[in-house]
Amino acid sequence: MPDPAIILAGVLNGLLAGGIYVLVAVGLTLIYGVLHIINFAHGSLLMLAMYGVFFLWRLLGIDPYVALPIVIAGSFAFGYVLYRGLIGRFSHGRDENILLITLGLAIVFDNVALLLFTGDTQTIDVTYAGTIVQVGAAFLPLPKIISFLAAILLCGVLGLVMARSQLGKAIRAVAHERQGARLVGIDVEQVFAISYGIGIACLGAAACLLMPTFYVSPTSGHAFVLIAFTTVVLGGMGSFVGAAVGGLIIGVTESLGGLLLGEQLGQIGISLIFILILLLRPTGLFGAGR
Amino acid sequence: MLEVRNLSKAFSGLKAVDGASLDVRAGEIVALIGPNGAGKTTLFAAIAGFQRPDAGTVRFDGADITGLAPHRICAAGMVRTFQITQPFAKISVRENIMVCAYARTADRTAASGRAEAIARQVGMGRQLDQLGADLTVAGRKRLELARALATGPRLLLLDEVMAGLNPTEITEIVDVIRTIRTSGVTILLIEHVMQAVTSLAERVYVLNQGRVIAEGTPAAIAADPGVVEAYLGHGAAARLGGQHA
Amino acid sequence: MSRRGLGFAMGGLVLAILYPLLVRAAGAAGLPIAPNYLINVGMLVCFTAFIGQSWNIAGGFAGLMSFGHVVFFGTGAYGMAILQATYGWNPWLAWPVAAALGGGVGWLIGALAFRAGLRGSYFALITLAFAEVFRILANSVPFTRGGLGLLIKADTRPANLQFRDPIWLYYLALLLCVAALLIAWQLTRTRFGARLVAIRENEDAARALGIDVYTEKVKVLALSGAMGAAGGAFYIQKYLYVDPWIAFGVDKSVEMLLVSMVGGAGTIFGPLIGAGALTAINEVTRMLASVVPALKNVQPLSLIVYGAMLVLIVARLPDGLASLFGRRRRREVERA
Repeated sequence: MPDPAIILAGVLNGLLAGGIYVLVAVGLTLIYGVLHIINFAHGSLLMLAMYGVFFLWRLLGIDPYVALPIVIAGSFAFGYVLYRGLIGRFSHGRDENILLITLGLAIVFDNVALLLFTGDTQTIDVTYAGTIVQVGAAFLPLPKIISFLAAILLCGVLGLVMARSQLGKAIRAVAHERQGARLVGIDVEQVFAISYGIGIACLGAAACLLMPTFYVSPTSGHAFVLIAFTTVVLGGMGSFVGAAVGGLIIGVTESLGGLLLGEQLGQIGISLIFILILLLRPTGLFGAGR
Repeated sequence: MLEVRNLSKAFSGLKAVDGASLDVRAGEIVALIGPNGAGKTTLFAAIAGFQRPDAGTVRFDGADITGLAPHRICAAGMVRTFQITQPFAKISVRENIMVCAYARTADRTAASGRAEAIARQVGMGRQLDQLGADLTVAGRKRLELARALATGPRLLLLDEVMAGLNPTEITEIVDVIRTIRTSGVTILLIEHVMQAVTSLAERVYVLNQGRVIAEGTPAAIAADPGVVEAYLGHGAAARLGGQHA
Repeated sequence: MSRRGLGFAMGGLVLAILYPLLVRAAGAAGLPIAPNYLINVGMLVCFTAFIGQSWNIAGGFAGLMSFGHVVFFGTGAYGMAILQATYGWNPWLAWPVAAALGGGVGWLIGALAFRAGLRGSYFALITLAFAEVFRILANSVPFTRGGLGLLIKADTRPANLQFRDPIWLYYLALLLCVAALLIAWQLTRTRFGARLVAIRENEDAARALGIDVYTEKVKVLALSGAMGAAGGAFYIQKYLYVDPWIAFGVDKSVEMLLVSMVGGAGTIFGPLIGAGALTAINEVTRMLASVVPALKNVQPLSLIVYGAMLVLIVARLPDGLASLFGRRRRREVERA
């Protein structure tokens, strides 16, 4: 049994990573809650956003945190256009059809990345990446802390927008009752496109927050999609609180899994949680009953 | 044949069925009527195994079938149709009925022959090769009937089979149901269309707010003030009674 | 199947049997082709059609769309490899055992998933998760030698299921392909198959009409698993090497799914048509890559086309290419 101090460090590190997973999951659960789409392309889009952040740094020298507004705006635009141009057209069929279409998109994105960027992993080296902050017995990288705080902040902003703004009200109306929203004059298709855009914008933000401490490679999409789905299913499809709780739990699980079982086997924790939740409580911790 | 005793089923605290009891004897046609929301379909669902009753028992030919899975109840000889038709859309009428005929035989030729015979019995002899998705409402209703028949039931639960049909179609289906009974199948049906109830049913149960409030012949039921009030509101019986000579 | 369809099938079979001989004759006659390469391509088409059919049986006929079908493929692959390399079994004996293992995994996943009532997208996702679990285990567990993979000793004798001449693997693959077609054909003629289709079309109605939905679903997933595993075992015999990525990589799942969807899910010949289409795409991209030096890595290019095809097929031609051949059936059912 490892030293409790190491476990604590693992938990803290996991929470920090989890904060970003929350951001990723919030986007996914928003898309599901509003459009009833299971966006299988979520992981691949995150991967593309991370490459975007990488190239902004490599070619233009822009720090990933500084790039936040650019990447968020760009991701939103990309998501919006993707919905309008492609997904929106075919999203009114069966559940499985949309899953297949987003699977197809994921495959295309993953392999375009493979083709363009080859299989190498890429990292960003920022000057402050090495700065370590000591919390008790745990040594936490500064960027991870910054990213965590930024993620919380962004989630808070999103939450405020959803609760207070006109747009947020419209989105929640459409999520609740599509036909009714249409009847009171809300442009439902527009809300769909915007919601999808916001979901992808969350990915853009997550990309900026991940790159200082993480790496990107074309296969990142796979790993992220399973994490994203597990988080959302754990928390409950369509629930923001669920995404938050789920993200933190998954972050800690991943961290402790790696700590206790080793790098390779540690990955299994997430898949096992996914399977267990689906088998035992498919609605998740906070999801609406099926 | 069918004995339902004190069946109750609640959803989120709201009692959809509240201590309902009914009997159906072999060879009868019994109707279950009542205003919208009275709990008729929930009662059916509880009898046929789609919902587990909170209380009460269902006995079929003496055997306790309360809460058994639908496919087991079907094997025992009771089958229900759905109010909102559920055809197997992408396959033909023949194939729709055949898969149900397979409940009684494993042989393809036998199942196909049975499907054809039953299709003709319900008046679909000419539509055997049409896709389930391409049928009209009347066609779908007949298909529901045919599929249920093909499983070889002794008791047929029909859930608003007349809904959505025009008067001519109703008359035709009524005839079909009569022939089904003559062939030895007992029938319990939920209906709103009074024409069908009066021309088919020997006995009628009236359900309101989950409880059985009346039972008797169609004529007796129609004259029952409690029934009138259930449909038309409190005091309606007195008002209507006042208008009669 | 209609008389005409049967005629085509017979003709196709004769052609398929003669194919390697014709190709060799053409090569000997001086045509600028590489006969062994072409025979290999033929083998791949048959093989892909076989594993595609394993997906089709569950996904196309019964509507159990799985995203993790590679879990069966990999089980068969590792089963075959471990039985030979670690326990010294003869491959001819190991093969059916590997297939049975796949059937067991299918039964297990089915029992768990269907008992929990998982359908549609949730089922698709849980199969993905299972495949991932198997991959991680294969990468970490000692008896698979983890990431190092397992090597089967090269001992080229027919008794050892290893052949010098590629023509034998071609015929073996052809046999598998034909067997798969026969299985699918049987499904269209038996009670079991009819029940699967009913379950696919409307599970609740099927249940109401006497079909034991749970049992039938588990049965078909077991059958599908056995077929997938048989395919995985065969694949390993050709390359004599397996590792967690080869066995459980997600690309194989995509291939098994795509081949059926493109060709026509739920049809007998769908996976074969799809296999032909996908192999053709592969060959075209390979030629492109040899001409355009920038495209040094061919694999992603094929997959990009695969992904695009999946989107197009689902959006525009949901019944796959097969619907272009047979009677055109209009679908007007809307599910809200």
